Amino acid sequence: MSENVDSSTAPRRIGKPASRLSALFESKQLGWGAFAIALIFPFILASNYAMNIATTAVIFVLLASGLNIVVGYCGLLDLGYIAFMAVGAYTAGIVSKAWELPVLFTVPAVLVMTVLAGLIIGAPTLRLRSDYLAIVTLGFGEIIRLTANNLTITGGPSGIYGIPGIHLFGLDLSNPVPFYYFCVVFVSLLVLGSARLGKSRLGRAWRFVREDEDAAEAMGIHTYKVKLAAYIFGAIWGGLGGMLFAAHLSAISPQSFVFLQSALVLMAVVLGGMGNTRGVVVGAVVISLLPEFLRDMGNLRYVIFGVVLILVMVLRPQGFWPARAFEPEKGDDGSDSGEDGTKRSRRDRRKLVPVNPATGEKA
Amino acid sequence: MSPLLEVKDLQIAFGGVKAVNGLSFTADAGEIVSVIGPNGAGKTSAFNCITGFYKPVSGSVTVDGQDITGKRPAVIAATGVTRTFQNLRLFPDLTVLDNVRGGMHLYGGQNFLDALFHTPRYRKSEAFYTEEAHRWLDFVGYKGGRGIPVRNLAYGQQRQVEMARAMARKAKLVLLDEPGAGLNHSEKRELLELCRKIRDLGAAVVLIEHDMSVVMEVSERVVVMNFGKEIADGTPAEVKNNPAVIEAYLGKDDDAPSAKPTATSVEDAEKAANAAADAPREGGES
Repeated sequence: MSENVDSSTAPRRIGKPASRLSALFESKQLGWGAFAIALIFPFILASNYAMNIATTAVIFVLLASGLNIVVGYCGLLDLGYIAFMAVGAYTAGIVSKAWELPVLFTVPAVLVMTVLAGLIIGAPTLRLRSDYLAIVTLGFGEIIRLTANNLTITGGPSGIYGIPGIHLFGLDLSNPVPFYYFCVVFVSLLVLGSARLGKSRLGRAWRFVREDEDAAEAMGIHTYKVKLAAYIFGAIWGGLGGMLFAAHLSAISPQSFVFLQSALVLMAVVLGGMGNTRGVVVGAVVISLLPEFLRDMGNLRYVIFGVVLILVMVLRPQGFWPARAFEPEKGDDGSDSGEDGTKRSRRDRRKLVPVNPATGEKA
Repeated sequence: MSPLLEVKDLQIAFGGVKAVNGLSFTADAGEIVSVIGPNGAGKTSAFNCITGFYKPVSGSVTVDGQDITGKRPAVIAATGVTRTFQNLRLFPDLTVLDNVRGGMHLYGGQNFLDALFHTPRYRKSEAFYTEEAHRWLDFVGYKGGRGIPVRNLAYGQQRQVEMARAMARKAKLVLLDEPGAGLNHSEKRELLELCRKIRDLGAAVVLIEHDMSVVMEVSERVVVMNFGKEIADGTPAEVKNNPAVIEAYLGKDDDAPSAKPTATSVEDAEKAANAAADAPREGGES
């Protein structure tokens, strides 16, 4: 992350997608493909166990895409992200139990509480830089968990149970398959939202802050406000993830929000490729499903899980699918991925120019 | 009419070192002012005070009648000040176009809701950003690739991108901190042309520069700094023959305190100083 700034003068091989495969990876239809896979999944495997795992994975994708706003776009290392999920989950649980409301009606309360939590945690800490911020967020994560552990309204160590499931337009979506579908749609919209934010004026401002805070400030970007905005958006995504989590399990307790969970979400972001929504989604799915695939190994599975993660980080430190800085040049229409004819022209261009002009290496 | 930039009795100290110690100068719209001085004279510190990166101990900075002393850099930038940095400060992993878009943060008209729902306003403003970015890159005469990360560019091109980013701010006051550092002769000629083009847009250009030929050719006015203070302020011709300036560059002749310094202009003094500095370096390398 920011420690690597010193090597910033060295050219890297990031540029125009070199092969047809990577052009496919950059194509806009890919999101629809992932959405379709998620929709088809219950037709392949619809056991309660599979649905449970898949729903957890989908919620995890939401958390990772939220943390990606904070860590990937804005470069703020947050080690206590799960605190926002806790705030969302507890708000949803307490409000829906107290007023006997369906969980979806708690969304406004969840939004208010997570924005507040983002402000309370962000406002004093975002004046700090890199490592110090990480330590303070780590502390806040624990503070939220310990507070939940000791208050009566949160049910203390035993937490809250009997949280109602999702009801929408008179339909009961609390059965595993309908609930899974609800989560897929809900999460897809939010993932799309985080990707769109990343491509906007605000998203660019986040990247400017990540790349060089002083230069961003000199360009008139109020870095403190921009960082706070990243934090608040991250908090909202996390809080909504918490709400789904509460509705999914119908019981929450402080043990669900330990530091390990923060670390896992962060791992999904780093492993997938910071700043790239697609990579982060892949990372989140891998992180949440891998332990399940290794379940036959018994207690060894976490050892293998750890070894796999270390191997990935050694062999591919930038993540599976890192953000790629690339834009069409002037005159290009930018639609050269997808249609057959333009693909051919791409191949022709590669034949003519075998050397990648950006790096001087052979493409 | 009051000048666009007015610096009055500016002071900043780092511990006991008074880097800027009572600097005063002005710059008008449509004027190129060079700030020169020996290394350590406090030129860059003065720039950092003006743009808000350092908080001055005392004194005042006024831009277009607004007092901006000690404000946050972003707030100062919003009053119409833009700058480049002595050591390039680009956004290395972002594309050339994105870097230039960095200068346009304060205008363009879209908020996060436009971005979330991709409203027509969002599309319009994104198209506007791209068009403007291309326009400013053309303005500075940038010819390289525009969709690739800036870290992959040659140094001279990175300088151009930084200029384009600074210009995209559309500021009234342009502060250039050694824009010619590390450029070759022809690139410097282009830089001179660019400075004149920026001035012709109606902005005030204040630049720090070491190359005397550049300074003398392009500036309407030259401010010479030494020990954190201006020691001369005038047209290039006036400053060139100012004894105090020659002394600052070449030192005083201790043996003959009454005699005039042997060099008759700053350019001669520079040459002599460079020759003295280069000789041992070349010897060491060979």
